[in-house]
Amino acid sequence: MSPFLDVKDLKIHFPTDDGLVKSVDGVTFSLERGKTLGIVGESGSGKSVTSLGILGLHKGRGANISGEIWLDGEELVGASQEHVRGLRGKKMAMIFQDPLSAMHPFYTVGDQIIEAYRIHNKVSKAVAKKHAIDMLGRVGIPEPGRRVDSYPHEFSGGMRQRAMIAMALSCDPELLIADEPTTALDVTVQAQILDLMRDLQREFDSALIIITHDLGVVAELSDDILVMYGGKCIEFGSADDIFYRPEHPYTWGLLGSMPRLDREPTERLLPIKGSPPSLINVPPGCAFHPRCPYAERTGDKARTEAPALAETEGGHLVRCHMAPAERRALWENEIKPVLETP
Amino acid sequence: MLLFVVSIATFAIFFLVPRLAGMSADDLASRYVGKAANAQVIHDTAIRLGFNDPVIVQYGRFVKGIFVGVDRNYGPGVEHCPAPCLGYSYVSQNPVLPDILNRLPITLSMALGAAVVWVIFGVATGVVSALRRGSFFDRLSMGIALAGVSLPIFFTGIVSLAIFRDQLGLVGDVADWVPFSEDPLTWANNLILPWVTLAFLYAAGYARLTRAGMLETMSEDYIRTARAKGLAERAVVLKHGLRATLTPVLTMFGLDLGLLLGGAVLTESTFSLPGIGKYAVDAISNNDLPQVMGVTLIAAAFIILANLIVDMLYAVVDPRVRLA
Amino acid sequence: MKIRSTASAVAATAALALLASACGGGGGGSKSSTGGGDAAPASQYNAAVTQVVNPSTKTGGTLRMGMPGDFDSVDPGDQYYGYAWNFSRFYTRALTMFKPVPGEEGLQLVGDLAEDLGKPSDGGKTWTYKLREGIKFEDGTPVTSKDVKYAVARSLDKDILPSGPTYFNDWLDLGGYTGPYKMKGKLDDFKAVETPDDRTVVFHLKKAYGGFDYFAMLPQTAPVPEAKDTGSKYKEHPVSTGPYMFKSHELTKRIELVKNPNWDPATDPNRKQLNDSIEVLLGQNEDDLDQRLLSGKIDVKVNSTGVAANARKKVLTDDKVKQYADSALIDRTWFTNINGDVKPFDNIHCRKAVLYAADRSAIQGAYGGPDAGGDVALSLMPPKMTGYQKIDPYGVEANPTGNVEKAKEELAACGQPNGFSTTISFRNERAAEKQTAEALQQSLGRVGIKLDLKGYPQGDYFKLYAGKPDFAKKNNLGLMVYGWGADYPEGFGFFQQIVDSRVIRPAGNTNLGVKDPKIDELIDQAAAETDATKRGAIWAQVDKQVMDSAFILPYVWAHGLFYRPPTLKNVFVSQNWGMYEFLTLSTQ
Ligand SMILES: Nc1ncnc2c1ncn2[C@@H]1O[C@H](COP(=O)(O)OP(=O)(O)OP(=O)(O)O)[C@@H](O)[C@H]1O
Ligand code: SF4
Ligand SMILES: [Mg+2]
Repeated sequence: MSPFLDVKDLKIHFPTDDGLVKSVDGVTFSLERGKTLGIVGESGSGKSVTSLGILGLHKGRGANISGEIWLDGEELVGASQEHVRGLRGKKMAMIFQDPLSAMHPFYTVGDQIIEAYRIHNKVSKAVAKKHAIDMLGRVGIPEPGRRVDSYPHEFSGGMRQRAMIAMALSCDPELLIADEPTTALDVTVQAQILDLMRDLQREFDSALIIITHDLGVVAELSDDILVMYGGKCIEFGSADDIFYRPEHPYTWGLLGSMPRLDREPTERLLPIKGSPPSLINVPPGCAFHPRCPYAERTGDKARTEAPALAETEGGHLVRCHMAPAERRALWENEIKPVLETP
Repeated sequence: MLLFVVSIATFAIFFLVPRLAGMSADDLASRYVGKAANAQVIHDTAIRLGFNDPVIVQYGRFVKGIFVGVDRNYGPGVEHCPAPCLGYSYVSQNPVLPDILNRLPITLSMALGAAVVWVIFGVATGVVSALRRGSFFDRLSMGIALAGVSLPIFFTGIVSLAIFRDQLGLVGDVADWVPFSEDPLTWANNLILPWVTLAFLYAAGYARLTRAGMLETMSEDYIRTARAKGLAERAVVLKHGLRATLTPVLTMFGLDLGLLLGGAVLTESTFSLPGIGKYAVDAISNNDLPQVMGVTLIAAAFIILANLIVDMLYAVVDPRVRLA
Repeated sequence: MKIRSTASAVAATAALALLASACGGGGGGSKSSTGGGDAAPASQYNAAVTQVVNPSTKTGGTLRMGMPGDFDSVDPGDQYYGYAWNFSRFYTRALTMFKPVPGEEGLQLVGDLAEDLGKPSDGGKTWTYKLREGIKFEDGTPVTSKDVKYAVARSLDKDILPSGPTYFNDWLDLGGYTGPYKMKGKLDDFKAVETPDDRTVVFHLKKAYGGFDYFAMLPQTAPVPEAKDTGSKYKEHPVSTGPYMFKSHELTKRIELVKNPNWDPATDPNRKQLNDSIEVLLGQNEDDLDQRLLSGKIDVKVNSTGVAANARKKVLTDDKVKQYADSALIDRTWFTNINGDVKPFDNIHCRKAVLYAADRSAIQGAYGGPDAGGDVALSLMPPKMTGYQKIDPYGVEANPTGNVEKAKEELAACGQPNGFSTTISFRNERAAEKQTAEALQQSLGRVGIKLDLKGYPQGDYFKLYAGKPDFAKKNNLGLMVYGWGADYPEGFGFFQQIVDSRVIRPAGNTNLGVKDPKIDELIDQAAAETDATKRGAIWAQVDKQVMDSAFILPYVWAHGLFYRPPTLKNVFVSQNWGMYEFLTLSTQ
């Protein structure tokens, strides 16, 4: 049986005045119901574009989209806009990063949930409102009957994010995408929200995609992890694969720059030098090579030939010219010891 | 407060400027007598109009009229002009306030009708232009909008009269003012050209403002959210996009309407509509102080009122303002 | 609205073309016709100057009049403009009136409310009028001499009715009477007007005035029923004695007159009641009003000078339109005062030098040329006025551009053979006056008279500047551009305010400095003369004396350019009003 969500070689390119922006340029992964996928990567690596692409929000807006997206046995890249619109909010829903700007300032929180609910359910306003209050209660908003009539600006950041989640969950979506759901929140609230999402996911048995540049978040929630760089998937595997057996030099860098409780937050073990690649003039060869400390190990290949996404073992995919054995050796001998120094 | 400043300024300009120029009370009065009146008549007129009193006393009389009313001898008897009394015209001797109120329906019909037209057309054009940025429609309508804001109304007005009334005979004689209550059809027929001409001038600005606002709003996060909910694009645009864009439009609308209610001077003159604007023009050209004072005060009151209403509506439209 | 005829369609098209300043000249060559089966219209330029155009006795319809501004008042006791007087005869009947006929006959006064003209006695100090029998107010009340007396009495009070002329205030032997408003219930104290019986009115003057029938023509003598008098509010509904009465008067907006059922044609040989109603739209945009007039949507424009500049061009350049237009003298002369207070104009020869040197045809151009502006003036008195005799003391007919030789001779005689410098003032807002000043600068420059141009605001021109002798002298205003129109087409109504030195006051003058005892003397003589022919001869003498004393340089006898839509019936220019006679107009 094919996976619940199966994304194959997804490409989303935007023609602009400056040239073709290859925001997503070959992303492949799959996800089952009840499972959580974490997508990590630097800012601009294409995480959001990927998730919006799954929701079909780039359709008809001048983007070139190719590849395949299979959701519950249905292909979405080729499907009509109207059809995908019908799935949005119901079959798949999204939680956005900054709930203050992602909610309409002129409508009450309740109205916005009611609207979301009534798009897909032919019910009266009153029924929808009951449902909205119910949803607000489920995401842990106190006095939901009163707060339902509040405006977004009258909520605290954490409450707003809860409301946002309530809105996304209002139609029991089978796929939930959370794009940096906690970035705007302080640490304690972050934890609460993550707990909530985990609980709700269990309750609804939905597939969850969590997008973040915070590996800590991913570590806590994810079953699988997708690492993106310059619009490409450069490593995909189970959480164990990524945390204990990472094979891509960029992933090593990410792990090295993960803040840890026992260190000063400013201290970075393996800083990634240089800046993210341009998405218009993508460097030839391996996109990471200008910043990769091991680029010379693969000789000219790093500069001339684009590495393919290849399976090392058991669904663990890596995009690097180095031989798997060499990568593992490097990890075991050079990287892991540094990361584990107390 | 503002009303006081306005009235004092008007008064001062009227009395102090001629005084500085060396005009005596009689000289001033000679503006309000028949042609070739003799010195005695002029002198009597100066006394009747109170020009010999210090300006402050005259102003006091004006203010008193507003709060207490004025008694006037109209010949066979004395009549009371009840508060708020804006006095009597120096020229026609008609009481000012009833004259202005009498003209209010005209200016109101014209301004409100035009407002409906320009808001609908301006906003619709702006929305479509924004959604189809760079398209032929966008460029064409923005070109027309530019023409709209830059062409003077007496030009567009006279040309539209020549074309639609005289040439094509599509509308009737604009000058026959008929109140709505008497004959709504003729009323609308008489006003359609002023509406359209005036709306052309204003719609342009609204189209541009709406277009700019829509372009900004449609890239907001909450629009993306609305789409992510699976909302149809039309609802996204109208319910979420337009709603937010309308706030600055509303501000502009309030100010424009307030100014317009104080008299659309050029439009009323061009179309011979006997509204408040026409009244103001005539009052000024006749040096008719009570009329000028009256119309200035009413216009200022409209502007204040419009601002107040906009502030109130603002709170209705934008809940974030309600808190403050 | 439908376009009424091919002709007006052409006019409308042409008007449009003018506005869009596109192609010139009419393209369509369709022959114009008025459609109805009436006699062929005399559609010819200036046809209505001398004859009745489109004569018709058909009744019905509405006469639609349009006006750029408003009347000074429609209260017969409170109006001063010619068009207001012309209009008020629809609903009022004064003691006398100008005969509503074309040509010179229209200058003749005849009895209106009175059976005949006044009978002077006491050497012209007492005038007696006998009212016609059977005249009623609109409510059926018979008109009596008391109503006339009351009307004159109320018109004296300029506090309540400020706009009318002050002839009665100035000439009646009032003996302290100030009008019925200030002296309530004391009409009997008004001894200057007596009513020995219900049909007789007797006026007593302070001094003899031979032209009193002209005063009796003023609407101030039209009867006003005391019981219905509402003072300054009377204009809302003046009580009618004429063929029409007020149905409504929306102040400053609109007037509607309808037939007066109590008007009896048997009592009124001069009026007809052809229209069912008369509508006047007030406060119209002038350019648009002209356009509607040209397209026949308005039947007649109410003002004193006819169509305005934009439409004038149109009328004069398109023969299709021009055939419905009339250029007519309007009892107004454009002239410049020469200020004897300013040296060297105290010397008559220097003044005469100006009269010789001036290029009058250039100034005629400034005022719009012969059709729209007027004729080159030979003397001050407008030529259609009663008593006018042609004189041309400065040889203008032969030398309309000026006579430089003669001017130089005069300058030499004045002791300024090389000329001199002075200032010329004009009204800023009036382009024609500015161009006049420039034309004079040019033509006087030919003999060495150098002019500084100085414009002043029109509103205060008389109160603060040119009309204030102190100011004029101090600022060296040797020449002052000016112009004057007659109250009525008789010498007194024209000359008295501008050449009688005794009306000069410290400010706000209408006489800008003509000081010649001979003229004053002639005016007194003329005023006292009860024989109209003799009186006319004296006014001609005044005209001559004004030219001889050279305080005034006249250059244009003004014309108005009037338009009569082809559908308008019974149209002619009244010589008296210098505009279309309103009384006869109809549309059927
Ligand atoms: N509509 C678009 N047209 C052109 N470029 C776009 C468009 N949308 C996104 N991009 C570009 O695609 C790139 C990827 O953007 P995306 O928002 O997916 O990054 P991200 O990984 O989510 O980063 P962040 O962590 O900052 O959210 C960015 O450089 C962005 O500028
Ligand atoms: S391909 Fe070469 S450059 Fe790219 S990540 Fe692997 S080692 Fe580094
Ligand atoms: Mg993002």
